[in-house]
Amino acid sequence: MFKKANLLTVIFTIGILIVNATEPVSLDVHSEVEKSKSYDPVPMIMHHIADAHEVHFWGEGEKAVSIPLPVLLWTKNGLVTFMASEFHHDDHGHHVVEKDGLKFVKSHEKIYYANETADSHGSYVSHDEKGASINAKPIDLSITKSVVGIFITMLILLVVFGSVAKSYKSNGGVPRRLTGWMEPLVVFVKDDIAKANIGEAKYKKFVPFLLSIFFFILVLNLLGLTPLGFNVTGNIAVTFVLAVISLIVTLKSANKNYWSHIFNPPVPLALKPIMIPIEIVGVFTKPFALMIRLFANITAGHIVILSLISLIFVAQAGAGTGMAWGISPVAFALTLFIFVLEVLVAFLQAYIFTLLTALFVGMSVEEHH
Amino acid sequence: MELVTPSLGLIFWTTLAFVVLLFLLKKFAWKPILEAVNERGEKIEGALLAAEKAKEEMAELNAKNDEMRKVALAERDALMKEAREMRADMIADAKVKAGTEADSMLASARETISQEKAAAQGEIKTQVANLSIAIAEKLVKGELSTDDKQKALVDNLVNDVNLN
Repeated sequence: MFKKANLLTVIFTIGILIVNATEPVSLDVHSEVEKSKSYDPVPMIMHHIADAHEVHFWGEGEKAVSIPLPVLLWTKNGLVTFMASEFHHDDHGHHVVEKDGLKFVKSHEKIYYANETADSHGSYVSHDEKGASINAKPIDLSITKSVVGIFITMLILLVVFGSVAKSYKSNGGVPRRLTGWMEPLVVFVKDDIAKANIGEAKYKKFVPFLLSIFFFILVLNLLGLTPLGFNVTGNIAVTFVLAVISLIVTLKSANKNYWSHIFNPPVPLALKPIMIPIEIVGVFTKPFALMIRLFANITAGHIVILSLISLIFVAQAGAGTGMAWGISPVAFALTLFIFVLEVLVAFLQAYIFTLLTALFVGMSVEEHH
Repeated sequence: MELVTPSLGLIFWTTLAFVVLLFLLKKFAWKPILEAVNERGEKIEGALLAAEKAKEEMAELNAKNDEMRKVALAERDALMKEAREMRADMIADAKVKAGTEADSMLASARETISQEKAAAQGEIKTQVANLSIAIAEKLVKGELSTDDKQKALVDNLVNDVNLN
């Protein structure tokens, strides 16, 4: 089994290598012109960890091979939909798409209302002095790459656990094959996360939620390690939603004891004006920490892997192809190491998020003692 | 910064997807899975309890058997002892009885013998007397042809008899 896992890791890493290696050939036109002898990996890395309107495989510009995703915009004139392929792989505000009497451009994977005329670089987006786009934006409800990742995860979870649920009936309650692999995880979440932190009396109600959030994060984390390069749990919007859901579940199940601890903490009267605001802030810092922790861990992992791969191209730009070949084995070995670490982190972060959620729920349902 | 600015679209889709996923998984996956796991857990617990109980029963049974064997052994020992005692008693009794019987038989035999002896002596006496009389008669017939002689004889005889 271990051998197999190793093989998979190698395949994944090679996959990432291939996907990434083809990427930086043409990057930001500006940066290439400005610094011809050095390679700046930041735009490439940022591009890879950001959400996108297409699932990109390889190639640049018109030659890029990718799956275009549907764009759904809530505009001044209502809902406007078209495929992202209509931007012709443009991500610098150059290509205007006209729909329902409105003009749109895409710049750094954000969709803006286009200016009437292009600027000197051919962009229909205006920038402030810091380089940020200042054009108005429609509300973007597009099925982005991250949304696709979430849908894939949903599908995986429903298929896997649907069949696991069925297998119990056909096997008379004996876990076999897939069920045998999944059951320990399910039982672990049930007993060691839910029961251990919420308590024997009340944990049962929260088990489905905790199981869902654990496997949702776990599969998304692992999906982020495939060569498709999804970075869903490394997206602040996703971790934000998960943290908010965790907060809602915590507050919804909170009992009198929990609220009285916040609004009437057991401290001397003089301290209450200080303690009450602290307690109230504390309610929100917990999910906030959940949000940041998951986001930062997954994003950091992706950034480290992409940076190590970039070493090769930095070497190539700075010291030629020979140097690039020379540094490749080092970069590869380091990437492999970080990749294996990331597999661990994928499980660890899913576990921590679920554990802390269970802990917070446990605190909110705890009886006075 | 771009990286830490949540986008509205993704918030919308993530919320929708997670809520739908939670609902579907809860209904079609977690419920049957947890039920199956719980059911099996209870089954195993029940089986273990039953095994434990059977073991206890077995131990109890063994203890009972031991007890019974011990009782039986004790009973056998008691019986044996009793039998032995009885035998000894019987032998002793028989000995005593035989002794007394033999004594009584001896006693009666002795008595009979003495009675027989007395009877025999009496008879012998009678016969001797008769014989003496007969002899005396014959002698008397010869001797007592005269009166004097008769008289002398009678006296003589009477003296003899007294001496006897």
